[in-house]
Amino acid sequence: MAELTLPRNSRVRPGKTYAAPAGAKRVRPFKIYRWDPDGDGNPRLDTYEVDLDACGPMVLDALIKIKNETDATLTFRRSCREGVCGSCAMNIDGTNTLACTKYIDEVKGDVKIYPLPHMPVVKDLVPDLTRAYAQYALIEPWLKTETPAPGRERPQSPEERARLDGLWECILCFCCTTACPSYWWSGERYLGPAILLQAYRWLADSRDEHAGERLDALEDPFRLYRCHTIMNCTKTCPKGLNPARAIAEIKKLMVARR
Amino acid sequence: MAGAAHRDERAAHRRSALGRVRGLGSAKEGVQHWWMQRLTAIALVPLLVWFVASILAHIGADHANLQLWIGSPVVFALMLAMIGAGFWHMALGLQVVIEDYVRSEALKLGLIVFVQFAALALALAAATALLVIAFGG
Repeated sequence: MAELTLPRNSRVRPGKTYAAPAGAKRVRPFKIYRWDPDGDGNPRLDTYEVDLDACGPMVLDALIKIKNETDATLTFRRSCREGVCGSCAMNIDGTNTLACTKYIDEVKGDVKIYPLPHMPVVKDLVPDLTRAYAQYALIEPWLKTETPAPGRERPQSPEERARLDGLWECILCFCCTTACPSYWWSGERYLGPAILLQAYRWLADSRDEHAGERLDALEDPFRLYRCHTIMNCTKTCPKGLNPARAIAEIKKLMVARR
Repeated sequence: MAGAAHRDERAAHRRSALGRVRGLGSAKEGVQHWWMQRLTAIALVPLLVWFVASILAHIGADHANLQLWIGSPVVFALMLAMIGAGFWHMALGLQVVIEDYVRSEALKLGLIVFVQFAALALALAAATALLVIAFGG
């Protein structure tokens, strides 16, 4: 059922404020969601005042600076710091994006940072993506063929290869999936935009020989057809991809094979 | 979702994540529902434009004139088509809304059955009313 209010023990309360060092000229407050699984308390919003003159340009730079210099307990995922690993996906200034490719300057006023929406929280800005990864396993994201493997690469024309553009770039950060209201309400059965884009990536691959079985696994009122073309996925994708179009292509294939 | 609530939920479910998302498998249907929703929507665009324009054009017409108009074969057929497509589209669309927002399986099933019977009843009532107006004298 649609959850319109947070459960009592999930309501976010005001937290502590960590003041900027004296003499800092360009101070920006970062309001960051904190929740500690080892305590009994509700989540809280801590405020960290960051001196932008002593900080890199990206939101991730500020998070690392806070963790290094102010509060070592602040917990978040990060790895590549250049938008190819998808680890630092979070909700910044109301939009799901990657902290490493989001400029602090793009945010007006306080920089509000929450974990990806509507996923269970492990700690602070770390969401539990177990279900989303299981849904990825469900679509069997690997090349499936019957033709015996040739002793070399499987050939593909430049045109066939071009059909994978806009699909292979997905880094599975789940910004799109966790921006989708349909996934919020029906995520235990709806696969969500990230997984459906990945599913289409294999349907669109000229080398794959299991398109029919793949479509069989997707044809379901919930797995696929919970997409109501809300388009939050495409709007929020930090890689500029279009999951909504990929889902539309799957729906077209469903009609085409009738 | 609350972290604490999530902890409780995890403790209650020891089934693997993959087992849970695979569930009972795909229903292997949905394309027909989706396709009919589109077809009825496409049909309703011209039908509704025609209907509204025609009603506006008949403002001030007397009862006998309107009866004559509704009783003409093309108008009568278009009216029936609009009633059929409209209530069919309503039933399909409401089913999706119910599936989106109602989580209790029993309530969901009950509401979907109710909506389908209600759509059928309303379509029959509208068609009957049309017959009575056109040919009831």
